[in-house]
Amino acid sequence: MANVLHIVVCAGIVPDPLQTLEPVTTPAGPGLKNEMVLPAVLDPWAACALYEAAHLAAGNPGSKVWLVSLGPKAKLQQVMMTVAQKVNFELVPIDGPIGGFTDAHATAAVLAETIAALPGLERDRLLLFGGWESATRGSGVTLQLVGERLGITDQFQGVDQIALRDDGSFEVLERVEGGKHQASVCGGTPAVLGWATGNLAEPRNNPQVGMANMRTMMPALQKAKPATLAANGLRYASVSLPKQQRTTRVVKDMTADAIASELAEWIGAE
Amino acid sequence: MSTSTPTGETHAPEIDRQAMEVDIACAGFGPAMGGFLTTLTQAWKENPADPAFESRVMPGMPLQVVCYERADDIAAGVSGVVTRARGIRTSFPNLNAAEIPMAVEVKQERVFYLLDPIGASRRSFTLRFCDAILGRTGALFGIKDHAFELPWTPGFLNKHGGLVMSIGQFNQWVGSQLMESGLVQVWPGMPVSGPLFADRAVTGLRLVEQGVDKNGAQADGFMAGMDVRAQLTVVGDGPVGAVGHALDQRLGLPEGHARHEWAVGMKMVIELPEDSPLEPGTVWHTFGFPEPEIFGFLYVHPERLVSVGIFVPSWLSDPSRTAYRYLQHYIQHPALWRYLKNGTLRSWGAKSLEESGRRGEPFLTGNGFARIGEGSGSTNMLTGSGVDEAWTTGTQLGQAVLELLRAGKPFTRETLAATYEMRRRASWVERGAREAENARNGFHGGVVRGMIGMALAGLTGGRLSLGAHIPPAHKQIREPASHSVEEGLRRDDAAALAVADGRPLHDALMTARGWPEIAFDGRLLVSHQDALLMGGKVQAMPGYADHVIFRDAGLCIACESKTCISMCSGQAITEGADGLPAFEREKCVHCGACLWNCAQSPDGEHSNIEFRAGAGGLHSAEN
Repeated sequence: MANVLHIVVCAGIVPDPLQTLEPVTTPAGPGLKNEMVLPAVLDPWAACALYEAAHLAAGNPGSKVWLVSLGPKAKLQQVMMTVAQKVNFELVPIDGPIGGFTDAHATAAVLAETIAALPGLERDRLLLFGGWESATRGSGVTLQLVGERLGITDQFQGVDQIALRDDGSFEVLERVEGGKHQASVCGGTPAVLGWATGNLAEPRNNPQVGMANMRTMMPALQKAKPATLAANGLRYASVSLPKQQRTTRVVKDMTADAIASELAEWIGAE
Repeated sequence: MSTSTPTGETHAPEIDRQAMEVDIACAGFGPAMGGFLTTLTQAWKENPADPAFESRVMPGMPLQVVCYERADDIAAGVSGVVTRARGIRTSFPNLNAAEIPMAVEVKQERVFYLLDPIGASRRSFTLRFCDAILGRTGALFGIKDHAFELPWTPGFLNKHGGLVMSIGQFNQWVGSQLMESGLVQVWPGMPVSGPLFADRAVTGLRLVEQGVDKNGAQADGFMAGMDVRAQLTVVGDGPVGAVGHALDQRLGLPEGHARHEWAVGMKMVIELPEDSPLEPGTVWHTFGFPEPEIFGFLYVHPERLVSVGIFVPSWLSDPSRTAYRYLQHYIQHPALWRYLKNGTLRSWGAKSLEESGRRGEPFLTGNGFARIGEGSGSTNMLTGSGVDEAWTTGTQLGQAVLELLRAGKPFTRETLAATYEMRRRASWVERGAREAENARNGFHGGVVRGMIGMALAGLTGGRLSLGAHIPPAHKQIREPASHSVEEGLRRDDAAALAVADGRPLHDALMTARGWPEIAFDGRLLVSHQDALLMGGKVQAMPGYADHVIFRDAGLCIACESKTCISMCSGQAITEGADGLPAFEREKCVHCGACLWNCAQSPDGEHSNIEFRAGAGGLHSAEN
């Protein structure tokens, strides 16, 4: 028997990871150079959560997916033109600052308040999805904090799979050390699931899905509620990117073993 | 049952596919489409109750206008431009350049003839003679850093009052306003496979198949490309777009028209050193180096960013048209290096330019379709301007469509000709195109002759020009048999060098010809592959077919020039083990240069390479 689920996916937008990112100090604190100029994408982990949510909803008729996203309205609109072609959802945009240098507690407060006020959302059918990590500069705790603010105590992180049972309970596979999964059984909704990559491929772009989503998306973007995030005394001592080095050399006629040896030697020397 | 047939498809038409009805379907989002959709949305905002905006396919709903763009983001453009912005400012009378990232008003414009400080470029005797005179009388002519500055900027090149922009940022700025309006939908990441035909009429667009292997065969997650049926199909997919090419194949070109002249524009966006004296709004036009046929530019954006690039034309007869290597030498010319040294590469990109201008103009209208922008032959090759012209053709179509919708008339060849074509013919775009029509003829007889011809056309408003027979692009590539003995020896040296260190032959050939090796610094001077990673960010989603097709494998294997390899902007085409060029979709930046950099032709007119609709490409908004 199908379960009717109300799945809320919290998903931020981040600069396209293919771009060159450069930290800078702005009057508002740390930021990335030209961030409003750089193309953005849906946070990759959260995107996996969205695809899993849509898959789950499709298998459980009557279910619904909301996508709650906080970011500059113009950027959200831009990103959604791609995301909206992939799966069905209702966008709940919150017009806020760009970047991940915000206080996770302040972000969580805005998200929780928005989710709690969603019309038609039934808490006892709620699955709160998001990424267990973020490609923003976030601390990776926002989803847990949103769950806590909503009073949801069953929380799972690093999720790769959820299997619903007829009685409303579900089994969750969470990543643990050693490349293994921990299997847990949860009695039922509500619950928080912070997704790792899941098992689904990125859905194809489907113009009809896009057209269907667009009917609600543009009005929602036009009415997006502005949000100001409290700094809460947060101060960054320093900001840096992970060190990246590139050494390019064209080689021919080298065996895989020889290449591997050279790579190991190069890594060892760094 | 529909009689529509797709073009450029790799699958039989009996595949079960989705279909959708809209009022207006658009292919490609660039400046021309921006102009078209802006015109519609501005009228819609002014009066949403206008009956023109009632959908015919969804009664009770607003006009259904959808636009499909191949690139993964509408900001993924590949061009820094300087434009007079006449048409753009007509659409936005209160335009404030500061609202568009990387845009600034033109403050200073200069033209330089660059001497060759290395001695490796292929200069004619006449040019060497002129260079020698300039070199010996440098002080007299004010030569500095091996560059001779023209005392004035010819009027036809002048962009004063215009804008320096990033097309990527401009597209994003326009697109945001369009989508905010709620009238139009612009869908990135959705390539259009081709038009839907009913005889010679166009009835809509077919989107590409997804979930296929590189050869187009169905694979996991196959999803047939949707048919988007529309009363009007607007084609603005550029000079190498699949829809435009399919139309050209089906309908041919008007009598006397041909697309024989091309160029690839390749540029870098460089962050200047902190102490750079270059002012935002500075514009340089250059010629003479790295080869006499190669024009160059430098446009200074705000925040110490500069676009620097070159145009490598089809009339550069040498088959080793290595744009990236040439670009590296160009930025190191003393006149530029003085400012660019210690800069950092932020972005990089390339694009084919259709340089036939009005001579390459296709049928602009037909039953159910209209063509706008560069692919419609709007680029002015005398002024070196395309963005403003493209934008304006879009606005002209927008006005025509509004007129027809208000009059309740269908979109036929006759009605579109009487509204869109009529506007275009009466506009400055057409006047400029006619002036420019023969301006570059002389280049097919040499650079000096080309410059004289261009000056003649420019200074007389096109009334005087040089005549020329312009062969198809594949015939503009010099036959290997015509190489001199000296050149043959250089090729032998290059081949040895290529074998020794694994570099591409064309790159080795430049070294053998005397071009110095590039001293990579890891910041600005980087290998071609590093540029793909640092400055271009190329990506291709799985599940799409290859879009570069070698039509007759035998011709490719027998081809000695293999110009497709040397000219490939992304090193996506390499020599395969069997002699057939190998294509890697994951490296392709969709510049389309391979389409016209092919010395072989199965039919005497078109090259042996087919450039289809494809997904992915360059990810950079700073272009």
